[in-house]
Amino acid sequence: MKISDALAGLALVLLSLLILWHVRDFPDMPGQQYGPALFPGLLAAGIGLCGLLLVARGLRAADAWIAPPAWMSRSRPLAAFASVIGGLAFYVLAADAIGFHLVAFALMFGWTWILGARWRLALVAAVVVPVVLHLVFYKFLRVPLPWGLLESMVFR
Amino acid sequence: MIANLGAAFALVFDPYVLGVILGAAIFGLFVGAVPGLTATMATALLVPITFFMPPVPALAAIVTATAMAIFAGDIPSCLLRMPGTPASAAYTEEAYAMARKGLGELALGAGLVFSVIGGLLGTAVLVVAAPWLAEAALQFSSFEYFWLVLLGLACAVFIALGDALKGVVSLLIGLLVSCIGLDNPAGFPRFTFGSAELAGGLELIPIMIGMFAVSEILRNVASIDAPWEMARVQVGNVLRGMGGLMRRYRLSILRGSVLGTLIGALPGAGADIAAWMSYAVSKRFSREPEKFGTGHVEGIVEAGASNNSALAGAWIPALVFGIPGDSVTAIVIGVLYMKGLNPGPTVFIEHASEIYAIFIVFILANLIMLPLGIAAIKSAKQLLKVPRTLLMPAILLFCIVGAFAVNNSMLGVVLILAFGLAAWLMEANGFPIAPAILGMVLGSMLEENFIKSMIKSEGRWADFFERPIAGVLGALTIAVWLSPLAVYLWRRATRR
Repeated sequence: MKISDALAGLALVLLSLLILWHVRDFPDMPGQQYGPALFPGLLAAGIGLCGLLLVARGLRAADAWIAPPAWMSRSRPLAAFASVIGGLAFYVLAADAIGFHLVAFALMFGWTWILGARWRLALVAAVVVPVVLHLVFYKFLRVPLPWGLLESMVFR
Repeated sequence: MIANLGAAFALVFDPYVLGVILGAAIFGLFVGAVPGLTATMATALLVPITFFMPPVPALAAIVTATAMAIFAGDIPSCLLRMPGTPASAAYTEEAYAMARKGLGELALGAGLVFSVIGGLLGTAVLVVAAPWLAEAALQFSSFEYFWLVLLGLACAVFIALGDALKGVVSLLIGLLVSCIGLDNPAGFPRFTFGSAELAGGLELIPIMIGMFAVSEILRNVASIDAPWEMARVQVGNVLRGMGGLMRRYRLSILRGSVLGTLIGALPGAGADIAAWMSYAVSKRFSREPEKFGTGHVEGIVEAGASNNSALAGAWIPALVFGIPGDSVTAIVIGVLYMKGLNPGPTVFIEHASEIYAIFIVFILANLIMLPLGIAAIKSAKQLLKVPRTLLMPAILLFCIVGAFAVNNSMLGVVLILAFGLAAWLMEANGFPIAPAILGMVLGSMLEENFIKSMIKSEGRWADFFERPIAGVLGALTIAVWLSPLAVYLWRRATRR
């Protein structure tokens, strides 16, 4: 995804203004001249300045605002890319309720299949990989992976 | 000293630690050899596991895995015309050209042998220079640290040879991310929006997993429909002819290792930039520069030594000042703090045996690289047949669990998604990643020393230059920061 320098610069200028506005009401350190707003304020000013320079450079170059890369017009890479982002987002939203094991099975099967493996291989991977991760992290390293729906079955 | 050294040997030559080293070596060889999986990614993926280990095995795993990965990156350069890690990209064309000329075995052998030699020479510099620098650094005050951090950040922006303006943007964004949370001189919660989880600041390890592993997977799946094509290489005795090369190119080997260690020690620039520079230097001073690019081994010898020596060099500022020399040590610094080995000059006094143990692991890792590397070269064809369709999803799932394990918090998974996507977008638009990482790691250190110095000097900038070392560092820092402006003005002046 190629974003033109002008658009990126504009976004940076906006970010800078937003931060400068936000740090305005940070309190001072008692008895000191230099408070918690100074450092982020300086950074924001720098970001704004760089943003302006990028806008100037971008307007001179006159590229398209946003240009999608070539692979986005091919269906398999596009689906694979979307599935990675979608899958991670799905995990964040669903893992606590549904549980690591079921979500991991679904994700592993979906990803492997979308990337082009045969479904039988995808099914094997979807069982084996979550089980290995369970053994390493849950059993061995004692990381409390959420059980979700399976909780009532495991801890009866 | 002797007692510490004895204790260090005891720490390393323990069956558990040796087992960890062997496991990490195999892991590093695999990650390095598969294009798209990098040495930094190997480190980021190792951290959730090393989290549960004592300090020495944890650091030993990282040292070993990265050394192996940087060497193993040479293997697919030769066989697939794809660098296994960015550190091999400088001579990928050369290695592939050698394979097509039937010299694949020589290219792979040179990659291995001169990685080992470069790694050992870099380690020698680390062992000598780090304690010596630490001695000097004991005198440093907040002024010196302020300049040192600023100098390091300048190096990260300007040495990357890319777009300096975009480098500065990347750096500022990284510094801004480091502002999140309570960890500032005033102890005031910044940019937390009332969230208790954000008050502690953003955990760096999930961010690194996102920026180095998830973004790499995004790039990888975008080319999932392009198959890998393997060059035909007969592998017999990979060590044949190495003695001759060693005699013939002894000066190149030394030059590559010295330059590599130096670049490694400069903040923000690591093995990949070291290899590019050493390859260029090798061509510049070669007696037969016309052969470069046509399958000539000389550049591989020098750059191969250079990228492995850079790994050790990067640990020098990381251990002495807490300023990472490359992206691997940016992660290592987090591990050091986690294990109570807070980087700084005093770590060489308070934790001398652990530090010596790390040095010993460096030497050991480079020595076992020889037999393990030969085995990796021989099994490379099988290794590279592991289907990406299974590998990428498995790594992704591992990233999720690893990021969650750091704090047992879903915020970790949110971070790998957000920063993975951000790093992918930055990379696609020419914003370098290294300055952002450095900004995040060094942000609180920069602010703390800046505010401390401002308060001490009551806002008088002249005080920042009053102490002799601070003055020199300050002048140097300003010179580096102004260098792009000078170059720009000079170009304009000469154009007329």
